[in-house]
Amino acid sequence: MSAKTGVGAPVLRKEDFRFITGKGQYTDDINRQDQAYAYFLRSPHAHATIKKLDISAAKSAPGVLGVLTGDDLAADKIGGLICGWMIHNKDGSPMKAGAHPALAQGKVRYVGDHVAVVIADTYAQAKDAAEKIIVDYQVLPAVVDMNKAKGSVAIHDVAPDNMVYDWHLGDKAATDAAFAKAKHVTKIDVVNNRLIPNAMEPRAAIGDFDSGTGVYTLYTTSQNPHVARLVLSAFVGIAPEHKLRVIAPDVGGGFGSKIFIYAEETVCVWASKKVGRPVKWTADRTEAFLSDAHGRDHITHAELALDDKGKILGFRVHTKANLGAYLSTFSSCVPTYLYAPLLSGQYDIPAIYAEVEGIYTTTAPVDAYRGAGRPEATFLVERIIEKAARETGTDPALFRRKNFIKSFPHQTPVIMAYDTGNYTASLDLALEMADYKNFGKRKKDSAKNGKLRGIGFSAYIEACGIAPSAAVGSLGAGVGLWESAEIRVNPVGTVEVLTGSHSHGQGHETTFAQLVADRLGIDIESVSVVHGDTDKVQFGMGTYGSRSGAVGMSAIVKAVDKVIAKGKKVAAYALEAAEKDIEFKDGRFNVAGTDKSLAFGEVALQAYIAHKFNGQDLEPGLKEGAFYDPTNFTFPSGVHICEVEIDPETGVTDIVKWTAVDDFGNIINPMIVEGQVHGGIAQGVGQALLEGAHYNADGQLVTASYMDYTMPRADDLPSFDIGITTTPCTTNPLGIKGCGEAGAIAAPPAVINAITDAVGHEDVPMPATPLAVWHACQKGARKLAAE
Amino acid sequence: MASVTMTVNGKQVTANVDPRTLLAQFLRDNLHLTGTHVGCDTSQCGACVVHVDGRAIKSCTTLALSCDGASVTTIEGIGTPDNLHPMQAAFRENHGLQCGFCTPGMIMSAIDIVNRKGHALDEHTIREELEGNICRCTGYHNIVKAVAQGAAAMK
Amino acid sequence: MYAFSYHNPKTVRQAATLLSKNAEGKVLAGGQTLLPTMKQRLASPSALIDLGHAEGLSGIEQKGRNIVIGAMTRHVDVATSAIVKNAIPGLAALAEGIGDAAVRNRGTIGGSIANNDPAADYPSAALALGATIVTNKRKIAADDFFQGMFATALEEGEIIVKVSFPIPSKAAYEKFPNPASRYALVGVFVAKKGSDVRVAVTGAGSNGVFRSKECEAALAGRFNAKSLEGVKVSASGLNADMHATSEYRAHLIPVMAKRAVTKALGK
Repeated sequence: MSAKTGVGAPVLRKEDFRFITGKGQYTDDINRQDQAYAYFLRSPHAHATIKKLDISAAKSAPGVLGVLTGDDLAADKIGGLICGWMIHNKDGSPMKAGAHPALAQGKVRYVGDHVAVVIADTYAQAKDAAEKIIVDYQVLPAVVDMNKAKGSVAIHDVAPDNMVYDWHLGDKAATDAAFAKAKHVTKIDVVNNRLIPNAMEPRAAIGDFDSGTGVYTLYTTSQNPHVARLVLSAFVGIAPEHKLRVIAPDVGGGFGSKIFIYAEETVCVWASKKVGRPVKWTADRTEAFLSDAHGRDHITHAELALDDKGKILGFRVHTKANLGAYLSTFSSCVPTYLYAPLLSGQYDIPAIYAEVEGIYTTTAPVDAYRGAGRPEATFLVERIIEKAARETGTDPALFRRKNFIKSFPHQTPVIMAYDTGNYTASLDLALEMADYKNFGKRKKDSAKNGKLRGIGFSAYIEACGIAPSAAVGSLGAGVGLWESAEIRVNPVGTVEVLTGSHSHGQGHETTFAQLVADRLGIDIESVSVVHGDTDKVQFGMGTYGSRSGAVGMSAIVKAVDKVIAKGKKVAAYALEAAEKDIEFKDGRFNVAGTDKSLAFGEVALQAYIAHKFNGQDLEPGLKEGAFYDPTNFTFPSGVHICEVEIDPETGVTDIVKWTAVDDFGNIINPMIVEGQVHGGIAQGVGQALLEGAHYNADGQLVTASYMDYTMPRADDLPSFDIGITTTPCTTNPLGIKGCGEAGAIAAPPAVINAITDAVGHEDVPMPATPLAVWHACQKGARKLAAE
Repeated sequence: MASVTMTVNGKQVTANVDPRTLLAQFLRDNLHLTGTHVGCDTSQCGACVVHVDGRAIKSCTTLALSCDGASVTTIEGIGTPDNLHPMQAAFRENHGLQCGFCTPGMIMSAIDIVNRKGHALDEHTIREELEGNICRCTGYHNIVKAVAQGAAAMK
Repeated sequence: MYAFSYHNPKTVRQAATLLSKNAEGKVLAGGQTLLPTMKQRLASPSALIDLGHAEGLSGIEQKGRNIVIGAMTRHVDVATSAIVKNAIPGLAALAEGIGDAAVRNRGTIGGSIANNDPAADYPSAALALGATIVTNKRKIAADDFFQGMFATALEEGEIIVKVSFPIPSKAAYEKFPNPASRYALVGVFVAKKGSDVRVAVTGAGSNGVFRSKECEAALAGRFNAKSLEGVKVSASGLNADMHATSEYRAHLIPVMAKRAVTKALGK
């Protein structure tokens, strides 16, 4: 181990070699012998009952091996897809979750819903045959607008008013009392636009049943293969866990969308036994747009109560959250427990009350997307804070500073107990980096060129390191959210790290190796990281919610510590010393006060040859596992400042400067952390300026390709100025908070606060497209003329 | 079925293909060169970019048969882990990739930019020239740095 | 894609014969629009007649006061041609802005003009410059060629061979791209030849490329950006979609025209 590869060093990534040479192995790159191809016939209607489904012509089409429908699923007693988090209504009754069959059973509920699957020798044959399926639909009214969902036709019989739940959090009476004594109340209405995740690798699956062993293997684009196996075994009922192997090989980005268990992989693995051949499905981009779980989609009204000095007294929030046509795997918790507990932001707010209505619509299911609930909370908090500062004539930086939480630990009124932070430090550094004091001059210069310049702040907080199992269990989670790790030391002293985390861009093969090599004092090249295969890694909860550092690496550290403890026992025998006299330092086991010493690799060999100890006293081998269950969430925070210049003639917004100052606690690899911040900001800027899923009144997805859904491109973005402040997390052994979602959480309000600053009023929607900003400029000009 | 012959990464290959076979499918399915990826259906994401007769093209929007007689270079043909192309090395050294899915197309496009625009590339040029390659992970910040460094190193 | 037969003629004559034999066949030029359309199963030609190996269809030359560009000339070759850059820099700049680099390496001028996509760039140049479209059968003036969205004067079995652009005294193109597709939301090509000023607009019209009488009238007096101040273009007949209302497009036409004129004047 050297300083160059230790914890805190910007180690270049080990995994890069295969990706830059075209040797990555993504699911679609894998081909099983004799594999067949699946094509899903999807609903062209947003809402319809299926009166008749005639598959006879398709069945006899060339190359077709099988045409399967919801009836076949039912006949095989294959269960529906599940939502793993139970939310309770205000009155204590459980949420209303409609059934979610992997193939439609009598009804379709969104455009892209799965009607039937055709399996054929080639993909083209499957697609050709699907055109021969005759479906007699009775079209029902689409339910697209959340505000009109209540009176519309029911999408699921169990939810006659299309309400999944009516949930709340916080102290209503205390909040009402705060408003009663307020000197000023700021009100805001915001829409958090619906997004489509768009990992660049489309989802894919190969189901492969081995009739010789009775074992199913599923290759799939998953962020959490073990959770996929658990759900497919315990709930869907494909096969018991020991007869189902799930492999998530290289995965080309997830951003949440590959957490969930979808219809397609369910069908592929089930169908592989039915047709007696491996079954492969790869989404095309249009299918990805239609059927990947979407993100965000909130409508919110909120009010902030201030005293006469501009101190916040209370915060009241009412949100409608679109959950789509079915409840996806974790959908129910996103607008509830991942949202409302973050409404205190970085601010000392004595009273908060939030109400959330979860609503069914005839649109694709909505679930966690990078940030998941926390971007929605941050957008709301940072927009209303900015508006309050403006209404009270206070500098927005000063307004925030005045209301920051300044002592820790801090218990908010909405569940969360922040362990540590220094919000003022991040703000100070960001102001300096952004050259805030000279902004006025830059604004004047822009005006001389006919441009509008604006500056916007976002002081975000997120809850990461998801999550203490007991805590989430009490809130309705169906699983615990610990992580596992296993350290296998080979007799020559090389190490395999088996982790339940999954890397799909995060660089775990490097950072995890960095951590283990550093702890064991060995060369980083001697450490390899194994993940993504349920046959190799016993169990794990996967990667999402910025948890792989704070939870995944904590499990690894625990297992490493056990390896060192065992190593000390082995070394004691080998060195003929007392165990208590063995010290482990810089990769060597030393007998304290002597020059007797063995290298890590030598101890590993001693552990396996086992010549020096009696097996009854000490087991041979050097392999340890650990489960780590966090005791609290972690709370990364920071301040982002966005500066924009707008061309009022066209409405084009140019981001001229981006300053990001983040506190992620301790950092293993700053290069990778910065990369995460860059990517997150790009997604947040995408939400603010470019991206928006749009369904028309008939429930057709208008933005179903890159022709209409605007992905951030290189020329849409600036380079970013990144700063770091550090307050180590106090609740995990590494002091890590997590960094994966920060940018996506921080960015949207920074952009919109900058644009609203530039145009001089608050009426700017997301995405702030040129059209929207042109309208806003005109409104701003009218407002100026009127003044 | 129709016969097609082309040179791929220096090796001549001949195959009988369905006329609707796209160059991307031909490379992936027939030749098992799976470094060329397919990320969209509308010719925008650029994950499929390869070089045909020295020019970057989108292999998902080109028929294999149209490349009869052509010379095709894919990501597998420009360097190996032991002998990286300068642009490959630059992507690694600048952390210009995360999930890696867009990376082959990104690198092939980047080399094409250098071929057309030379070795001294400013940030603005690089960002504009990458219009046809979408990355969801990196925010492009490090890709831009990588292309600039790779361009200089290709001299 | 649906199945089709593939043909690879070596001459335009062979291509025309194949086209006449395959009533449901289509000519494949660069394929940058046709192939995505076929992949989505929105087009199902029975045959593709690939012009990629047909002789004599590529190349750029100056013939007197005209720039003549072969139909299979790729966008990149127009963009980088010294001849085009010297004679009609606005046309080279337009080609440099079509699609992205990989699309420009493959897409052709003939394909773009024959397809007449309402948001394509080339039709505006052809119309504003008063180009002549030369087919295997005849010469067609651009004024007569473009006949509405995806509709042209091309008859069955007719193949574009080259396009001839008269060299203007001043010309430039300014595009406001659709943020998602990067096709023209509004693209304006202005050209001045002697006292004749033409302003052609693509991307905006619900019936394809058209000339903006309002902008032309304003520029007839003095060919400078100031002449376009206060020009109002009617929104009627303009496209409306989620990216732009017809009013926004109408607003952008004189704005883009102004910027194109400034560019044409080399300012």
